Order: sequence, then C-alpha cells, then structure tokens
Amino acid sequence: MAPIIPVLELRDVEKSFGPIDVLHEISLKVHEGEVLCLLGDNGAGKSTLIKILAGVHKPTSGTILMDGKPVEFDRPRDAADRGIATLHQFGGTFPLMSIGRSFFVGVEPQKKWGPFTVFDRKKANEIAVKAVRDFGITRIDDGDRLVGGLSGGERQSIAIARAVYFGARVLILDEPTAALGVKQAAHVLRIVNETKQRGLAVIFITHQVMHALAVGDHFAVLIRGAVAADFRKGDKTREEITDLMAGGESMADLEAELEGYAQNQEERPPSLGHT
Amino acid sequence: MNEFSHFLRRPEAATIISLAAVIVFYVIFGGVDLGKLFGAASWVNFAANLGIVAIPVGLLMISGELDISIGAMIPAGSMTTAILSGYYGYPIAIGMLGALSVGILVGFVNGILTVRTTVPSLIITLGSLVAMQGIILSASVLLTGNASVPLTAPDWAKFAFGQLIGGSHQVIIIWWLILTAIFAFVLHRTSYGNWIFAMGGDRDSARNLGIPTSKVTIILFILSASAASFVGMCQAILFNSAQVSGGMNFIFNAIVSVVVGGVLLTGGFGSVIGIFFGTLTFAIVNQGIYFTQIDRNWSNLIIGAVLLIAVGMNETFREKALSYVPKKMKA
Ligand SMILES: Nc1ncnc2c1ncn2[C@@H]1O[C@H](COP(=O)(O)OP(=O)(O)O)[C@@H](O)[C@H]1O
Ligand SMILES: [Mg+2]
Repeated sequence: MAPIIPVLELRDVEKSFGPIDVLHEISLKVHEGEVLCLLGDNGAGKSTLIKILAGVHKPTSGTILMDGKPVEFDRPRDAADRGIATLHQFGGTFPLMSIGRSFFVGVEPQKKWGPFTVFDRKKANEIAVKAVRDFGITRIDDGDRLVGGLSGGERQSIAIARAVYFGARVLILDEPTAALGVKQAAHVLRIVNETKQRGLAVIFITHQVMHALAVGDHFAVLIRGAVAADFRKGDKTREEITDLMAGGESMADLEAELEGYAQNQEERPPSLGHT
Repeated sequence: MNEFSHFLRRPEAATIISLAAVIVFYVIFGGVDLGKLFGAASWVNFAANLGIVAIPVGLLMISGELDISIGAMIPAGSMTTAILSGYYGYPIAIGMLGALSVGILVGFVNGILTVRTTVPSLIITLGSLVAMQGIILSASVLLTGNASVPLTAPDWAKFAFGQLIGGSHQVIIIWWLILTAIFAFVLHRTSYGNWIFAMGGDRDSARNLGIPTSKVTIILFILSASAASFVGMCQAILFNSAQVSGGMNFIFNAIVSVVVGGVLLTGGFGSVIGIFFGTLTFAIVNQGIYFTQIDRNWSNLIIGAVLLIAVGMNETFREKALSYVPKKMKA
C-alpha cells in the first residue's frame, strides 16, 4: 500500500546537548498517506526529535532523508520550505489576529486599490474560512473573528487546514490533543484522519494510547531517547502498548490508572468532585 | 445595537468613549464653553506635536518593542536644524536634512542593537536617550558656546513647517493628519501591517513564516526616531530658535496616548485611529483644563484616572472581541 520510498526518514539520528545525550540511534520512516504515532512518556525525547525535524535543532550525528535524499535544515524556514509543517500544542500563535489575517501571515493575498497594492482582507477571509470548512468545521464562518476566541480544537483545526492549504507534505503535531476535552480531541483526531486521506504524511505525538490507536497506521515508542518498539497497526494490543510505554510498570497498576484517567476525562474535571 | 457591539470590539473603542467622557466631565464640573474649547488652538497644537511621535511609537509597541529615546530626539532635531542653518548659516534644506539624518541614524542604531542583542529595547533606548542628551549638550556648547541657538528660516520653510494658520493653528496639524492617514493605511490595509501585528503576537513564529522581522524592527525604530526629530525641526522653524532641553515630557505623554488609544503594552493589538484618539484625549485633558474652573494641578490626576479607566475598558473590550461569536442564526 505504502510507496517504497518514505517521504521522510531518519537514520541513526543522535542528539546531545553538551554532555546530556537525549536521543540515541533513532531510525524511523514515514510514508505519504500514513500516520506515524510517536509515543513515549514525558522526557522521553519526543519534542527534541520533532524539533530536529522542524529545523530547530541540528542532529549531533545521523541523517535526515526526504524522498530518499539526505537533507539538512539550518533553520526552521528550511524545513518549512520543504513541506514539513510543525504545529505546537496551542495551534494558532497569533491569538489577537483575525482568522483571515493569521492564516496568511507572510503570504498575504493582495489586490489593487487605486495606485496602491493592499492586503485583500475579503479574499484572505474567504479562503481561510473555506479551507477550514473543507475539514468539516462548519462552525467557523467569519474570517474576522479573532483566533484567540476559538476553542483549542478549532485552533488546531485551523492550523492543520493552513498547513494543508499551503502544500505541506509532512504534518507534525506535538501533543495536539493533550489539552483538549474528549469531544475536542475527537474533533482533532477526525481532522488528522482527513489530512492523512489527502495524502500527507502525519507524525502524531502523544502519550494517550487511545488517541494513537484511533488514527495511527504505524507506531514508535520512545523510551529514554531510544526507539524501544516500532510496529504497525494491529501488531500489538492497547495493553501491550501501554506496557511498553511505561517500560516495565505492572499492567494492573496501569489499567487502574488508565481507568481513573479515562473517567475523569469523560465525566468531569477532577476538581469538581462532590462534597 | 449590533453596530454598537461591533464598535466595542475595536481597539479604539475605549479611547473614543474616554474622550467623550472627559469632555462631558469638563462641561459639567468645569463649566467649559464647548464653542471656546473647540475653537481653541492650544490643545490641537499640543496634540499634533505629540501625535506625530505617538503613532510610530505605537507601531513599535504593536510590534512588541518600546522606544523612549524620542525624548532626546526632539531637541536633537531642533538643535541640528538650528546649528546647521542658524549658527553655520547653511541653507535650511541642509539643516532639515541634517535633523532627519540624525533621526534615521539613531533609529538605525536602536534597531540594530535591538535585533542583534537580547537586551530589551526599553533599556537600549534608555541608553540612547541619555547618550543623545549628552551629545546634544556637548555638541551645542562645543560648537556654538551656547545651549540655545537662534534660527531664521526662509519663507517657504516657514510656510511648510512653521506657519501659524489663522495666527493660531500650527501647520504641523496638517502634517499630523497626513501622517495619521498614511500610517493607518500601512498598518491596516497593507501586508506590512499584517507583519507588524504578527511580530507583536509571536516574533519567532513570524520569522519562521518568512517575515523579515529584523528589517521591519529597524525600520520602525527609524520611523519613531525620525518622527521625533521632525517634530523638533518644525518647532525650531516655528519658534526661530532651539534649546538643548525639553522633549522629555514626550516620552510619558506618547506612551500614555498610545496605551489609552488601545494598544496592548505587550504587543500584537492596536490601531492607528486608536492612537489618534488617545492623543486627542490626552491633549484635551492636559490643555482643556485651562478652559475649566478646575485648578490645572488636577490635570495629572485626571490623566491618571483616564489611563486606568481606558486600560480597564481596553481589557474588557478585548475580552469581548476574543469571545465574540457571530449570531447569524438569530433573527
Ligand atoms: N535544550 C536542551 N538542553 C538540555 N537538555 C534538553 C534540552 N531540550 C531537552 N532536553 C532534555 O531532553 C530530554 C527529553 O526532552 P523532550 O524532548 O522535551 O521530551 P518529551 O517531549 O518526550 O517530553 C529531557 O530530559 C530534557 O531535559
Ligand atoms: Mg514534549
């Protein structure tokens, strides 16, 4: 099903900050139309890994390949120019700008106004709203609304729609569902799925196994900076994955923890308990 | 009603309401004759001189930076004009060019230091403020032996920069209106304006999206420093002399005008129209007090109150703008 040459590949990538080794011999592949879930506990090195892909950090050693050819990113712009779009946890970074304006920062559509070239606000709003609605977010219909007034899920959705609109080939999402409630998270997961169907490669970072299983085709578990497991959908059960992520913690403890967590998520925030 | 709630979501809403409130306050408690107040030149002249500096200072603030060196750039502009064209007798065009060049140079240095170091621009421009004060004083005393230099400008320069229209209104008012229109156009209608907002929202993201943040920052610093030296130049031509002192009030006055005008101190939000009305509000409070029976010493208290009330309203309206959901479905 997947093409033979991965759109993005890491070969033996290592990263250390001075004396601290953060990543060891990371080798991963991600193909077009496929979601790679990067799982791992806090501090495992997930963010460091995606910062390398986003051009924020340079690997200490190892190679990054795109379409089978080695590439080097000196700065985030280089990665972006090659079609790698990285979204951080809170989506839109310009909360006080309108949807239309923030969508087009740096690539503003323009029109003639007498002798002047001006920002085409109407067109920007129309395109931005359409791009988001194409992902099924019909609640957004006014491009003049401020990004900061949208829900976390809507912001993530706009950011994803933006990346797709501008031709991203690889979409990297760093814990996009971590701060979201169940409904909002489901919303974002649906959009991740839609993005994959449009032929993009998605790298989805999470430590919520349920979310990973909902969209992932391919999974990699990172423990203390090394790939502890690399497997495809259906190869492992949820229990096995959680066990792996915990790196040896007993299954029973985990189950109990997970149950409690899921309940909190579905019913109410823990702080609102009865008295 | 719908129109009104739309108005409240705009950055300039609070300052327009404050301006109206101040006028009403002066009429009720100060017995101001509105005809006299609106016919008077003093507050309009005051607003124009302040407004030309406040707008670029406001743009810098929207982009996330601060420039307080303007306090020294006003005497720098007037002294440069007076020394070159008054003391040395060069043509006035040379003096004017000199004044603007000093503005461009200091703005450039402020900008370069801001983008090349991690020192906050408040500290950098505090440094250039103090340094420029020293330079102006030393240069003036060294070159002319005096701290005050006379200047006689030719008619054309008087007409364009130092005229009193109708014997009372400074011609700089027209410059203020023109510059307000130009800056409003650039900030709200062009891509450059979008870049400025994006930079104030998140500089790193803006840079990663391909915006030349360093270049824009340097240009904005050049604009604020040269706007201040332009005002100084106009004052020298109007008053036929220049002094090394003065201008320090502009720092405080411009920042208050900008903040009352709805610009977010931390950047990313604001409007030129808001800064325009913020300046008018400040000028009416500061100069309008002379038309009241209120002791003028109270004017600072009123400015303080207006500042707090306007900032409070700005916060509220910004919340409103953020939580705004269009209700098209409702009848
Ligand atoms: N710039 C840095 N300098 C030194 N250590 C770092 C730096 N960035 C991350 N680390 C370390 O690398 C490890 C992995 O961090 P991170 O990639 O953020 O993990 P994750 O995203 O999986 O929670 C942590 O121990 C962290 O302290
Ligand atoms: Mg992380």
